Amino acid sequence: MTVIFLILAAITIAGTAAAMSLRSAIHCILALTIGLVGLAALYLLLGAQFVGFTQILVYVGAVAILAVFAIMMTQGPGKTIQPILSTNWPAGVLVATAVFAILAWAIHSTPAHSTPTQPDVSVNQIGAALMHHYVLPLEIMGLLLTAALIGAVILAMPEKKEPQ
Amino acid sequence: MNGYLLLSALLFSIGLAGALTRRNAILVLIGIELMLNAANLNLIAFWRYGPNPAALTGIMFTIFSISVAAAEAAVGLGIILAVHRHTRTTDLDQMNSMKG
Amino acid sequence: MTPDTIDQIFVITKHWLLGYVPSALQPIVSAILSVVPILVVFPLLFAITTVLERKGLGRIQNRYGPNRVGPYGFSQPIADGIKSLTKEDVIPRSADQVVHFLAPLLLVLAAFLGYAILPIGRNMVIVNLNAGLLYFFAIGSMVELAVFMAGWSSRSKYSLLGAMRAVAQMISYEIPLVLASVVIIMATGSLSTVAIVEQQAHYTYSLPHWFVFTPWGFAGFLLFMVAATAESNRSPFDLPEGESEIIAGYYIEYSGFKFALFFLGEYLGMFATSGLAITLFLGGWSAPFSFLTWVPSYLWFFLKLLVLICVFIWIRGTLPRLRQDQLMNLAWKFMLPMTLINIFTAALWHFMPAGILRWIACTALLVIPCIALSRGLKQGKKLQVRTYRFAE
Repeated sequence: MTVIFLILAAITIAGTAAAMSLRSAIHCILALTIGLVGLAALYLLLGAQFVGFTQILVYVGAVAILAVFAIMMTQGPGKTIQPILSTNWPAGVLVATAVFAILAWAIHSTPAHSTPTQPDVSVNQIGAALMHHYVLPLEIMGLLLTAALIGAVILAMPEKKEPQ
Repeated sequence: MNGYLLLSALLFSIGLAGALTRRNAILVLIGIELMLNAANLNLIAFWRYGPNPAALTGIMFTIFSISVAAAEAAVGLGIILAVHRHTRTTDLDQMNSMKG
Repeated sequence: MTPDTIDQIFVITKHWLLGYVPSALQPIVSAILSVVPILVVFPLLFAITTVLERKGLGRIQNRYGPNRVGPYGFSQPIADGIKSLTKEDVIPRSADQVVHFLAPLLLVLAAFLGYAILPIGRNMVIVNLNAGLLYFFAIGSMVELAVFMAGWSSRSKYSLLGAMRAVAQMISYEIPLVLASVVIIMATGSLSTVAIVEQQAHYTYSLPHWFVFTPWGFAGFLLFMVAATAESNRSPFDLPEGESEIIAGYYIEYSGFKFALFFLGEYLGMFATSGLAITLFLGGWSAPFSFLTWVPSYLWFFLKLLVLICVFIWIRGTLPRLRQDQLMNLAWKFMLPMTLINIFTAALWHFMPAGILRWIACTALLVIPCIALSRGLKQGKKLQVRTYRFAE
C-alpha cells in the first residue's frame, strides 16, 4: 500500500462520493470527472497505459460532456430538482452497504497473491491481440457502436409533427 | 492487490447507492457508469497481479467494457431526452404511470 | 564546438547539472529540469505571437499594427501583461464561484500537459511515452470540458450559447483530427512521437522522407491543419468567440488575469497542435535537406513552428468566418469521408510496389473524391460571382 496509491484512491473516492451526493447535477458531473481522472491515474499506476489514456479520452472527453449536455437540455442553468433523494432512499443505502460488506468480506478472506514484476505491455501487442485473437469481438463492437449511434440519433431527434 | 479490490468494491457500492437513491434520471445513469468503472478497475488489478499478464485478457476486456459503456451512456441519455420531451421532467419518482 | 555538441547542448547541460545533485533526488530534479524550459519558452513564444499577430493582421488589413510601445511596437506584450495583471477581477454575483475559478486553470493545465510528448530536438523530449499520441488526444479532449465549465458557470445567456457552440465545434472536429493522424500511425506502426520523427529523419538524394511529401501525407496534413484550426477556435472557425457575433462567447464574464489565462491557454493549444503537426507530417526536428543537418535540431523545430504560426495568422486575416451550420457540414460531410478515404489511400500506398504508378493511383484516389464531395455538397446553392469595390 504505497503512498501514491493511497493519495490516488483518496482522490477517486472523494470525487465519486461527491458525484453521488451533491445537490446541483452539473457539480455532480464535474466531481465525477475528478473521480474518473483518479481512476485513469490508477490504471497508469498498474501499468496499463493504453487503458488509462483511453479512459480519459472516452469518459472525460465524451461521456462527461454528453451528460452535461443532457443536463443542460433537460434542466437549464440554475434550476435544480428540489428534493434530491428518491422517496425510499434508506433502502437504497442499506442495499449498497450490504453489497459492500459482502464484497469486503470476500476480498478479506482470499489469500494474498504474490506480486509478479510489472508487465511491460506495448501498444503493438494490444494491436496484434486485437487483430489476431480478439478480431471477432472487435468487429461485433464496431457493429454495436454503429447501432448505438443510429439508435441515439433516432431517439433524440425531434418527432415530425403529423400535418393536421 | 487487496487494496485495489477493496477500492473497486467501495466505488461499486458508492455507484450503487447513487443509482438507487437519486431522483434525477441522469444521475442514476452516472451511477451505473461508476459501477462499470469499478468493474474495470477490478479487471485491470487482476490482470496486473494475476498469473498470466502476457495474455492481455484484462486489458482487452476493459477496452471492450469502456466501449460498451460509452455506447450505453449515449443510448440511455437519448432515452432520457425523449422521455423529457413528453413529460417535461427527469424526476424518476414522477414516472409512475405504469404503477399499480 | 562541433555541430553535434551545439545540437545536444541542452541535454549535456542537464546531465552536467544533475551530476551535482545527490542520487536520491535525481529523478525529481531531472523532471523539473526538463519541464522548466517548456514553462519558460512557450509563454515567451505566446508573447511574441500576440504582437506578431496584431502587426501581421494589421498589415493584411492595410493598416499598421501596434507601433507605440517599443521599437516598431514589439514591446506590446509587456504593456498587455501589465494591463491584464492589474485589471479588476469582476465576477458576476450569480456566477458559480468554484467552477468559474477552476475553468481557466483547467484550460491552461490541459494546454501545458500537451507538450510532454513533443520532441523538440534530438533526444529532447520530456517523456517518451509508448502511447504518446493517444496521450495527446486524451489531454486535448479535456479542453472541451474546461470551455463548457467557463460558459456554464458565468450564468449568462451569451456565454452559455458560446460554450455550447464551442463544445459542439470541438467535438465535431476532434474526429477528423484523430483520423488524420491514424494515417501516420499506420505508416510508422507506432504511437510514440520519438519513433515517428526518427522514421522521417532519413534522406534519399538529399531529399527528406517527411510524410508530407507523399499524397496521403499531404492530404492528411491539410486535413489535420484545418481540424487544428477548428479545435483551437481560431478564425475562420471562431464563431464561439467572434467579437462581432456573440461579443466574446464563453469568456464574456471573465476579466483581468483570468481572461489572459484563457488567451494563453488557447494560444498554447494552438502551439501544441502545430508542434504535433510538425512531428507527424513535417519531420519534427529533422532538416529539410541532408546538407543542412549541421543546423541544431531545435532550431529546425522552432523554425517550422514559426512558419505554421505565420500560416495561422495569414489564414485569420484572409478568410471570412464560417457560420455554425457551415462549420458542422464541413466537419461531418466533407472532412470525415476525406479522412476515411485518406486511410484507404495510405493502405493502398503501402501495398503497391514503389514507382510512378502508385503516385498516380493514390493522387487520383484522393483528388477525385475531394472534387466530387465539394461539388456534391454545393448542390442547390446558387453562388454568384463576387464583385469587389475598393475604397479610393
